[in-house]
Amino acid sequence: MTPRRTVWLVARRELRTRLRARSFLVGTAVSIAVLVVFILMESTVFGGERVTRVGLSGQAAAIAEPLTEEARARGLEVRVSTVRDPAAGESQITDGDLDALVTGTPAALHVVVDESLDENLRRALNTLVQREVLRAQLASVEDLDPDQVLATVADSTVDVRSLRAPDPTHDERLAMALVIVALLYLSLLLYGTMVAQGVVEEKSSRVVEILLATVRPWELLAGKVVGLGLVGLAQLTVVGGVGTVLAVVTGVLTIPGAALGTLLWGLLWYLLGYLFYATVFAAAGSLVSRQEETQSVLLPITSVLVLAFVLGFGLLTRAPNASATAVLSVLPPFAPILLPGRMALGVATGWQVMVAVVLMVGAVGGLTWLAGRIYAGAVLRTGPRLPLRDALRKS
Amino acid sequence: MLEVDGVSKRYGDVLACDDVSFGVRPGELFGFVGGNGAGKTTTMRVVLGVVTPDAGSVRWSGHPVDHPTRRRFGYLPEERGLYPRMRVLDQLVYLAELHGADVNAAHRAAEHWAARLGLREHRDTEVQRLSLGNQQRVQLAAALVHDPVLLVLDEPFSGLDPLAVDVLAEVLRERAAAGVPVLFSSHQLDLVERLCDRVGIIQAGRLVACGSVSRLRAGAGSTLVVDAPLAPAGWADRLPGVTVLDVHNGQTRLRVRPGTDDQPILAAALATGPVRGFTHHHPSLAELYRDVVGVGSR
Repeated sequence: MTPRRTVWLVARRELRTRLRARSFLVGTAVSIAVLVVFILMESTVFGGERVTRVGLSGQAAAIAEPLTEEARARGLEVRVSTVRDPAAGESQITDGDLDALVTGTPAALHVVVDESLDENLRRALNTLVQREVLRAQLASVEDLDPDQVLATVADSTVDVRSLRAPDPTHDERLAMALVIVALLYLSLLLYGTMVAQGVVEEKSSRVVEILLATVRPWELLAGKVVGLGLVGLAQLTVVGGVGTVLAVVTGVLTIPGAALGTLLWGLLWYLLGYLFYATVFAAAGSLVSRQEETQSVLLPITSVLVLAFVLGFGLLTRAPNASATAVLSVLPPFAPILLPGRMALGVATGWQVMVAVVLMVGAVGGLTWLAGRIYAGAVLRTGPRLPLRDALRKS
Repeated sequence: MLEVDGVSKRYGDVLACDDVSFGVRPGELFGFVGGNGAGKTTTMRVVLGVVTPDAGSVRWSGHPVDHPTRRRFGYLPEERGLYPRMRVLDQLVYLAELHGADVNAAHRAAEHWAARLGLREHRDTEVQRLSLGNQQRVQLAAALVHDPVLLVLDEPFSGLDPLAVDVLAEVLRERAAAGVPVLFSSHQLDLVERLCDRVGIIQAGRLVACGSVSRLRAGAGSTLVVDAPLAPAGWADRLPGVTVLDVHNGQTRLRVRPGTDDQPILAAALATGPVRGFTHHHPSLAELYRDVVGVGSR
């Protein structure tokens, strides 16, 4: 019998057991329901409050206080900072570390933004400019023509320059990004944990001894990882597919091409991320002999996933372009969650994706080897939780 | 033919196996006997490749056992284990397939062994819902389902009711008759004596005796029961070649070393008063076992 057939037999058992289980159907249904609710609530979810970061350069620094007040009156939280070099400020905007850069005199403000200026911020700035212009008119002219003054004031608005063409689909892309981030996070966490629980189940029920008298440890591990991975892939495909179709049909998404691309990239990153995390989950699971100990031994791994998820949500909404975000999204533990989100936003460059994939494949190779060793060394040793050092020693 | 050759395995300070060597021939039932922690289980796990020995090797038909060969072995581990939430028949089919059977053969074999071991009505029951005795039967079926070329069974009779013991004994004899070497361990020495062609006694990791029960007996002399109701305690203590096993209701049981003349014993017994009985018995395996491991000579 070939190793491939052995791995397939083990994988097939996992597939049958899981697909037959009611929890799979319920889980899929619940995921779809949550996604539907999310799609329906999409507009309100993203209208949420956040701080707008405004950099003030040169004489514009004088408007720091009035701008904050005007903006607050319009329900906009603004944090101002002073920028010495306007060029540096522009690159901060490109990186996503600033939302707007204001230069010029208070009566003739120039604003640089990445794509488009927030309407409330625009009104706040216009008010400031007009107030300044009005003050100048009132001070300088002796015989006042009220109509002319009003006209001059009305014409005085802030001058806006965008670094990039505004993207009308930005909100949709952000929604897709957040959905794919959430889906990947949940899938990786759920199926990674399942791998660990499966390993512990075989260990605690001692069935592993008759299995390992027949199959090699790596065949058993590979079969389990492949089987559960396929179940997860099926679930993600169904949930993602239904979600995409629904969003396009209801008109929430007007960019079906990008949505499909996001889904496909999401599936690819699920596979890479799953291989990365599942082997680690399996190795961790093999260290304990009782289901009760599983949670604690998995905590370091789930923490990394939670961190990636939280970072993903925060960084994708605030600073998808920041250099820190770019670096994090390329690194293996975070890439499977962050990068598909940035790709959905359309901000990941080709070489970033390439570097991320290469790093990921390398990491998967290394981890599979290491985790396979830990698993083979630990899976037959029952009793108290095994120190990692002992597991790595040959049994 | 299975050959275990000079196998040693150390766990920390404990020498679980110390240069253990023996063979099990085709068609032979080999009983593995020893106290708890003597090294039976470790030896069996080495045979199945679940434990890597520090020294020594295991050969099958003259060749070191490799993975494809091991796949055809049948194993009942000391720590029983099956998938608790899998149904009996599914479990047996799965294990048969893992051992290399194709789908149809796996189904046939699973049905056959489920029926043979009295599990027909539980075929579709999850293992965790079965009684312990029935789980044990499933475990046995799992060791037999792929028509193994060698059977290694660790305590196969423990936990079985008397009827199941009979069925299993019959199955083991039948497998041996089909040419399969059968290696099993047990604490039920009468059963081992009844079933086995040869016996290996292991103590503290060392194989201290190995051979057919009759050969072990030949080296052990006989048990002599002397019915001398008036004999005072300790009457036989000084006799050469004699060990007192126990005294019960005026009957003294003595272990007589081979080649010892029994007439001086009779004379000594007569000197204490009337002698109503004077009978030689073959020592049972249990008695031989106590002799060998050095306890029980009270």
